[in-house]
Amino acid sequence: MSVLVNKDSKIIVQGFTGSEGTFHASQMIEYGTNVVGGVTPGKGGQTHLDRPVFDTVLEAVQKAGADTTIIFVPPAFAADAIMEAADAGIKVIITITEGIPVADMITAAEYIKGKDCRLIGPNCPGVITPGEAKVGIMPGFVFKKGNVGIVSKSGTLTYEAADQVVKQGLGITTAIGIGGDPIIGTTTKQAVELLINDPETKAVVMIGEIGGQLEADAAFWYKASGSKKPIVGFIAGETAPAGRTMGHAGAIVGGSDDTAQAKKKIMRECGIHVVDSPAEIGKKVAEVLA
Amino acid sequence: MNLHEYQGKQILSSFGVRIQRGIVAQNAKEAVTAAKELTAETGTSWHVIKAQIHAGGRGKGGGVKLAKNINEVEEIAGKIIGMNLITPQTSAEGKKVHQVLVAEDVYYPGESETSEFYMSVLLNRGTGRNMIMYSTEGGMDIETVAEHTPHLIFTEEIDPSVGLLPFQARRIAFNLGLSGNAFKEMTKFVTNLYTAYIKSDASLFEINPVLKTSDNLILAVDAKVTIDDNALYRHKDYLDLRDLREENAIEVEAKEVGLNYVDLDGNVGCMVNGAGLAMATMDLIKQAGGEPANFLDVGGTADAARVEAAFKIILKDPAVKAILINIFGGIVRCDRVAQGVIDAYKNMGTINVPIIVRLQGTNADIAKQLIDNSGLAVLSATEFQEAADKVQKVLAQ
Repeated sequence: MSVLVNKDSKIIVQGFTGSEGTFHASQMIEYGTNVVGGVTPGKGGQTHLDRPVFDTVLEAVQKAGADTTIIFVPPAFAADAIMEAADAGIKVIITITEGIPVADMITAAEYIKGKDCRLIGPNCPGVITPGEAKVGIMPGFVFKKGNVGIVSKSGTLTYEAADQVVKQGLGITTAIGIGGDPIIGTTTKQAVELLINDPETKAVVMIGEIGGQLEADAAFWYKASGSKKPIVGFIAGETAPAGRTMGHAGAIVGGSDDTAQAKKKIMRECGIHVVDSPAEIGKKVAEVLA
Repeated sequence: MNLHEYQGKQILSSFGVRIQRGIVAQNAKEAVTAAKELTAETGTSWHVIKAQIHAGGRGKGGGVKLAKNINEVEEIAGKIIGMNLITPQTSAEGKKVHQVLVAEDVYYPGESETSEFYMSVLLNRGTGRNMIMYSTEGGMDIETVAEHTPHLIFTEEIDPSVGLLPFQARRIAFNLGLSGNAFKEMTKFVTNLYTAYIKSDASLFEINPVLKTSDNLILAVDAKVTIDDNALYRHKDYLDLRDLREENAIEVEAKEVGLNYVDLDGNVGCMVNGAGLAMATMDLIKQAGGEPANFLDVGGTADAARVEAAFKIILKDPAVKAILINIFGGIVRCDRVAQGVIDAYKNMGTINVPIIVRLQGTNADIAKQLIDNSGLAVLSATEFQEAADKVQKVLAQ
């Protein structure tokens, strides 16, 4: 078992023939991911990376049986790409694009509400189930197969955490990069819930950062769930000043309840094993699984 | 992108939101001309002189003053322009005032008492929808209102598929205790304000206070407006509104070379790939006994040119006593980053502060050898904790 993506996922790439799309699609294919084609409007009928190019997502669903998409479309057109995928019946929509206007994401988030799909991101590194599917931009070799799930807002910090876990002789079931924007499809709570309910996952690493209430929501859910599966948590940005955006559009301290300190306090009260040092994530995971 | 009060008000006004009228002035002479022009338009000879800086609490720092005649306009404008205005939202040194807004006095006596309200439009991150937050307690710091009298703060969430509905505008006006003409004025004010927010791709409107005048008009006395940077590509006319004098000079320069940099007060500079890892690195510096001097995300392609640009930016801050480079090489190989660091270092000539380089990921071992054999005064590390220990050691020397 794993969550969201596996070896049977039929994956398409939106923005397939662009430079980002091409580079990362080749990396995904090299990893062994089941990429069944891609979408670039106006280039339908062509072949790219030995896979068919479609004009529309609907065509990719009908002709290639696509059920998962990864979006590399530029910010101005990305919200439209998300809505097109949802309309076509794609089940898992992973959006890598950074810099989508907030107003566009409000519309897209509203549009997909009633649809049978799950949005991951935007502004995220994607999702990887080691040994089965890499649907993202992460370096695949860092993620060895195992039984630790990872949920994170950040890209390189996810790689860092995975690397530490692997160096403890452990591995990863699925790592989910949920994204660092103010509006994201799948929340920390929803991603944690997926991993807690996954029988193969024995422990969860939850990495958050300053800004918003997502980590607190996840922590309260975890406490209420009564789950005995351990969660190791880290919140980046203890040293970030209030009112400043730290790289990620959503990483900004607005009040006293979205600081790193406040989040860590709530997480501890909900039974999460919080580490203060980002260098101790792996060690703590090994400790709680021992 | 943050705007000045006068710029924000211009945008509001263009969407039919009633504002306290005013004219911006760069010096005392211009302020006098502006005041005369305003008097001809409004009939009042009382004016408020307001410092235009990107920070709130201007009144508390002496940046907002009433002038009851032309002589006072000249005198006050002359004093405010050029001053270093210190407010609860600026640093201890304050911010230099380059211009003032000469605005009409709107607190004139009349048939009824004036009253002040608070109103903002912003994203509710929890629901992914915009909301209007408002309060009967205008003119005060909203954080204080939230702490002491949270029941006086109301919110109206907007369904994006239909926008602000007429009943919602009425509910806001009712909750603010208005009736008669002021009630009608408020529904119009709120409706136009929301339209302005949507059409301008704003990420924050904060109008504090919204004033009910003694003749029952509703108008914006102040305006804090932030435009969503990601949406600026569809508002080319707003690009000129950016006032670089209000932004940190090093940050502006970093932005020009494509680096995401935030200036901080500490003594250890850092250069990291990825925002999350950058924040985590700052935290680790603190735990190692230092204080981060900056946030800096070099992005995915940490080649020699970018590393050199980043070095130059970090070293502009004289407080920097050491630099920690922390790169997780995924798709970018660590040996290439290491070579970039070596090349950049050599191009820079001498760097007078110790440098700790931690490279992890693809080819991390080759990268460490490259650094160790380079003959440069650079300490290498592969593990996160090892890097922290070396920072601690360097700071102790």
